[in-house]
Amino acid sequence: MSRVRATCYHSCVGDSACIPSAASAVPTTTVTSRHSALVRVTHWITTLCFLALLVSGVEIVISHPRFYWGETGNVLTPPLFKLPIPASRNLVPSGYGYVLPDQNGWSRYLHFQAAWVVVFTGLLYAIFGLVTGHLRQNLLPHGADLSWRELLRSIASHLHFERPSEAEAWSYNVLQRLSYLFVIFVLFPLVIWTGLAMSPAFVSAFPATVNVLGGQQSARTLHFFVSLSLVLFLLVHVAMVWLAGFWSRMRAMITGRAATPMERT
Amino acid sequence: MSPDFSRRKLITTGIAAAAGVAGLGVAARLAQRYGLVPPDHGGIYGLGETLTYASQRLLTRHSLAREFSRSQISKPPFANEIPPLNEAYKRLQAGGFADWRLSINGMVARPASFSLDQLKSYPSQSQITMVQCEEGWSYIAEWIGVPLSPVLQAVEVHPQARYVVYFSIDPDWWESIDMSDALHPQTFLAYGMNGADLPVGNGAPLRLRVARQLGYKSVKYITHLTVTDSLKGFGKGLGSAAPEGGYAWYAGI
Repeated sequence: MSRVRATCYHSCVGDSACIPSAASAVPTTTVTSRHSALVRVTHWITTLCFLALLVSGVEIVISHPRFYWGETGNVLTPPLFKLPIPASRNLVPSGYGYVLPDQNGWSRYLHFQAAWVVVFTGLLYAIFGLVTGHLRQNLLPHGADLSWRELLRSIASHLHFERPSEAEAWSYNVLQRLSYLFVIFVLFPLVIWTGLAMSPAFVSAFPATVNVLGGQQSARTLHFFVSLSLVLFLLVHVAMVWLAGFWSRMRAMITGRAATPMERT
Repeated sequence: MSPDFSRRKLITTGIAAAAGVAGLGVAARLAQRYGLVPPDHGGIYGLGETLTYASQRLLTRHSLAREFSRSQISKPPFANEIPPLNEAYKRLQAGGFADWRLSINGMVARPASFSLDQLKSYPSQSQITMVQCEEGWSYIAEWIGVPLSPVLQAVEVHPQARYVVYFSIDPDWWESIDMSDALHPQTFLAYGMNGADLPVGNGAPLRLRVARQLGYKSVKYITHLTVTDSLKGFGKGLGSAAPEGGYAWYAGI
């Protein structure tokens, strides 16, 4: 099975008339796998963890919706900026006449638990991706696609909300590849790093991790902005899935099966 | 897919699963033995808490909290809100804390009760470290006091002791730390701050300063320490008041 799937990736990448040639190797001609089981499982575990981290992260921010730069910051020091929301602690002058319920306890437990699960899931995915060639074949952009002309063409086609071609049901386009690589290898490591840089015990062992960021409050502010970038990615990602055909893309990521051109006609 | 192949696969999977389960069992036993399991390890968040505590204990056994320069001390000095202090506290405060005592008992050879003057007779030390609140704010201050370690030496802690439980004069506020943090050179019985006596808002006359954990572990107004090998008999057995209120026992995050 896995051999067939691997062949399928090869033959389908960038091939618009994508009828899996390897399918002839097995009697049933409908063996068409878009996403491997490991990609699907790690995708949905990551989704669950991200939602848990997002909800708990929002709850934690509500207890002190002020951000600072440097080592320290508190209600007696000027903030870099503050969020125009009420707070869950009466210590914070939020400008609202009421205090939200304090949900920090379970939020923190959930935040760190989901962080552990997503880190292990991410490691598993990265090792799998390197060993099987998934990263090289499916995420690394082709050399030819990296010219400015190709990139601009792809950006223009996205801006015109063109429906993706048949080939794109089988292979990521260059903008997808670049954004997935950026999320996996830049934003996720950054959000983990800036999170750890807020831990007093962790930085006691590795002080450089917080010092190069400019201090503990800088790490907190950067953690907020990297998280915001991840939320932005999530919104665009879901919007693109919607435009490309929500159910076919969802089916591909849940069951692994994608609609072939033959099935469509 | 020959039957041979699937049988081999089944056997390999079986062996791998058995090895996995056995490995987890051994890991759990070792973690328990080397003190890597926090007292609030039960419940749905136990996995994350245990991973955090165990990995940080392995990484940070001897590491020192970052210290800062005098110019980085927060101005104006910060003090978090405090609950209304009780009558017992007010009486001792009226007497200039002359009758304040810190009693130490439990798994020690010589239970003792120290006055502030007795604590101050130990060589005093200072550290300029950061207090971080779980809410997100922070400040840097100079803390003056005596490290807990020589005081524990004076009462002769039993070798099988694993935790120090500490109590505030406010009966709702008690915490505990493992021996690794209790004997850590930056764990202070602090009686001074920024070159002066500790202000009431910061825990006068005595606060346990735990430099590598969040602020809520640095309990104010402490009057009593108990050395123990198990946290089961204290409160609900979760280690301290924090997990009873929904917060993690280990706050090194």
